[in-house]
Amino acid sequence: MIAIIDYGVGNLFSLKSSLAHLGQEAVVTADPAVIRAADRLILPGVGAFGDAMAKLTATGLVPVIQEEAQKKPLLGICLGMQLLFEKSYEYGEHAGLGFVKGEVCPLEPDLADKTLKVPQIGWNALHILKDDPLFRYIREGEYVYYVHSYYGKHCVESTLAVSDYSLPVTGVVRAGKVYGTQFHPEKSGDTGLRILKAFSEL
Amino acid sequence: MVTKRIIPCLDVRNGRVVKGTNFEGIKDVADPVEMARLYNAAGADELVFYDITASFEGRALFTDILTQVASEIFIPLTVGGGINTLEDFDRVLKCGADKVSVNSGALKNPDLIPAAAQRYGDQCVVLSADVKRVNGQFRVFAKGGREDTGRDALDWIAWCTEHGAGEVCLNSIDTDGVRNGFDLEMLDAVAARVHVPIIASGGAGKKEDFLELFHHKGIDAGLAAGIFHQKLLSISDLKAYLNENGIEMRV
Repeated sequence: MIAIIDYGVGNLFSLKSSLAHLGQEAVVTADPAVIRAADRLILPGVGAFGDAMAKLTATGLVPVIQEEAQKKPLLGICLGMQLLFEKSYEYGEHAGLGFVKGEVCPLEPDLADKTLKVPQIGWNALHILKDDPLFRYIREGEYVYYVHSYYGKHCVESTLAVSDYSLPVTGVVRAGKVYGTQFHPEKSGDTGLRILKAFSEL
Repeated sequence: MVTKRIIPCLDVRNGRVVKGTNFEGIKDVADPVEMARLYNAAGADELVFYDITASFEGRALFTDILTQVASEIFIPLTVGGGINTLEDFDRVLKCGADKVSVNSGALKNPDLIPAAAQRYGDQCVVLSADVKRVNGQFRVFAKGGREDTGRDALDWIAWCTEHGAGEVCLNSIDTDGVRNGFDLEMLDAVAARVHVPIIASGGAGKKEDFLELFHHKGIDAGLAAGIFHQKLLSISDLKAYLNENGIEMRV
């Protein structure tokens, strides 16, 4: 069973539906007992980092997540991936969960091509830098769907895949059993489903 | 690099797609769920559903359809039509929409844009604008293009993007349905004013129209309805053609 961690952030309809489509049992939950009993965890999220981290902290689940992520695979998606980092500079400076060494910074100042728009909205090719079981069912260069204004930076050790947005945008990170995708696998068509399938088999 | 997007638009009235004809081999030719499946298989980058129903029953039918589509198709879904309040945003987001398109609702109550952006994020709020030339000025029209608001379109669109609209869908009333190419002059004028993604709508008739469109800076997506529904142009052929001609596409 996959536990989708519910802390009142984001629209979970597509994530639940895509896992159901794959035949995976998934439960949206904020119950520590369910999170402990799950085989895998997903940390979703949209919105602003500080606000999301405050909501996650308010649930009291942070110590449970810290502990369980040592034992079983965890996947952070979009803002959920950014929360895995040490800190973020979105509207001030905020501490994250600290699984992934690095920080979350705005895209805009780092764009080499200033005509590119922020947020990055759309499909971009995913370039695999380090092979991983998460990529078992995808090939180099498949397209995934991004919507974001901030990105993971100074995280070379953890970066598994990137997409080009006139700078290498961190697409997938991994630290131990903890994974994160900046793009939305649940909105990335068949490619995204194959990434979720691989996650559910880790 | 991020690709240009091809977006079919489905106008839904009383549970059926309007203008949906000529789908060979499919019994229920204008079934929105069946059409969504076909477009997804053909490589559509996103789907737009407009609810053009007036009745309460029709509205309930629309949300049922949306739920069904979102349960089996995992690409971005944008929903518009009859979005006047935050409750309307909530209603369609709960059924699986990713983005919500506002038009007349924002003209009546501009505060809807910042309020929705604050609650759901800029990426969720798409400003849809119906624009027409009047006395040499680009003017915004309301009520499905029937009523001149007297507002300057460029000022209106700029205001909305500064107050939380994360994308603009620009529909040129002057070229809509003519199938002789997008309104590049109007699109250029908007692209020069705003820095959010722009979806071009109105005027697509052939694949060359999309190639010309994407040679214009600042245009991110092309939207069309009839030419796809009537099979005058297939999305997979269109994307292959654009890719061969140097426009990066998800193929």
